[in-house]
Amino acid sequence: MKGRIIMKGNAQDIALVTSQTISFYGGVDPNTGIIIEKGHELQGKSVNGKILVFPTGKGSTVGSYTLYRMKKSGTAPSGIINKECGTVIAVGAIISEIPCVDLIDISKIQTGDLVSIENEDVIILNVAER
Amino acid sequence: MYLTKKENSMLNGENGYSVKKSMEILVALGEIYNAEKLIDVGSVQVSGVSYHNLGDAGLEFLEELAKDGKVKVLTTLNPAGMDLENWKNLGISEDFAKKQKMVINAYERMGILISCTCTPYLIGNLPRYGEHIAWSESSAVTFANSVIGAKTNREGGPSALAAAFVGKTPYYGLHLDENRIPNIHVQVDSSLKKISDFGALGYCIGTKAENKIPYLTGIQKADVDELKSFSASIVTYGSKPLYYIEGITPGYEKYQIPKEKIIIEQNDLQVAYSQINDEVSDIELVCIGCPHCSIKEISQIARLLSNKQISPKTEFWVASSRAAKQLSDVHGYTKIIERAGGKFACDTCMAVAPLKGRFKSVATTSAKGCYYSRQNKMLTKMGGIKECIDAAVTGKWK
Repeated sequence: MKGRIIMKGNAQDIALVTSQTISFYGGVDPNTGIIIEKGHELQGKSVNGKILVFPTGKGSTVGSYTLYRMKKSGTAPSGIINKECGTVIAVGAIISEIPCVDLIDISKIQTGDLVSIENEDVIILNVAER
Repeated sequence: MYLTKKENSMLNGENGYSVKKSMEILVALGEIYNAEKLIDVGSVQVSGVSYHNLGDAGLEFLEELAKDGKVKVLTTLNPAGMDLENWKNLGISEDFAKKQKMVINAYERMGILISCTCTPYLIGNLPRYGEHIAWSESSAVTFANSVIGAKTNREGGPSALAAAFVGKTPYYGLHLDENRIPNIHVQVDSSLKKISDFGALGYCIGTKAENKIPYLTGIQKADVDELKSFSASIVTYGSKPLYYIEGITPGYEKYQIPKEKIIIEQNDLQVAYSQINDEVSDIELVCIGCPHCSIKEISQIARLLSNKQISPKTEFWVASSRAAKQLSDVHGYTKIIERAGGKFACDTCMAVAPLKGRFKSVATTSAKGCYYSRQNKMLTKMGGIKECIDAAVTGKWK
């Protein structure tokens, strides 16, 4: 799949996928990388070292700094794939230098798939058992 | 997006790390929102100042940028997490103060004015009508777009900083006249008697006209303080950061009254009050100044507080810019307020100071202040300046 580069770069890891929006400020614990937003379908899951796949970001612009903090403390996702990237995630990915691509049909990717981001290209290398 | 040769070289790193990072941010946002090019901005307002919100990561990022980053245009700063001089008296810890000062020092090294206010337009960062600017701080963005008629999107801290380092912003959103057309008519059939009524009105419109640009009719008068309170409220509760008021704000005459219409009656304001207010009578904190008090508001507070004493069970804060406080010092207002037992909280405010766990209840004139106080787990009461001062003196909300 071809998308739009938000932050250029390459990453290859297991995907963690949600159809819900994510707020990094308040919604993710930057010390552990675990999603803590109450009622979120990924609550309790760690984004650390995953290709994080979600439709778009939400919430405070401070979320950009949260991503930066996660990158510095080694709890950040290794790559981000969005349906449509907004300001908070875009700025967060750029300042943290996390490869980020959007305008991708994220329904094609499922949690557990081995996914690679190569600039604007998203490739599913290994499909997890459905 | 089209980039000039010079802009391309900035993007490629020929002007250093901060300019490169800034260009990456501006270009990515430009691509996301289909901007055709970058445009010059006249000034920048930067949010993301409170260490409470930034944390060590934000501080680290700012220190990285401060190594070679210098702003190219007039740039002012949002409130910090504490009064930069009087922080001890306001219960701020040494650790917090140390980190907060590091944040401020980083911004100072970038050449940013350490104004620490959400009302930059009152202290020297006043754009002209039609000027393109890149401001963060939603209340100031809304005031600048609506009351001044300048043009800005609602920037976040890093994108505003990026605009300051480059002196430009991507040309999209509210910079384009075609996106500034009002699309909902709000007929105000209720009387607005005190400043908190404007906050309640902002709540009504924000929740009923989410993401729309309102065109208001039926408001006979509104002063700058009321408009700054309204600007803060309407955007906090959901509208776009732009509105027009017939006969009051600039540019309304260029547009036809939108067809889609909502009516705000007295009862709607009462409902807004009941939703903003909690059931509480003992008030532990009274805070006026969200957005920051103007010198006019400070003088009103001083007049109402003269020969009165704040309840020993209640703290009373006046949140303002340091510039407004300096005038207040000169004119003796500060003395009156402090003699009554009140405190000035300059450079900071109830939305960004670390208040969680310190107070169970707060009374304020501000609908926005109530929204953020609830996030700090406080019970809230909103009313006019007089009601707030009564609460501070008696310790009770009547």
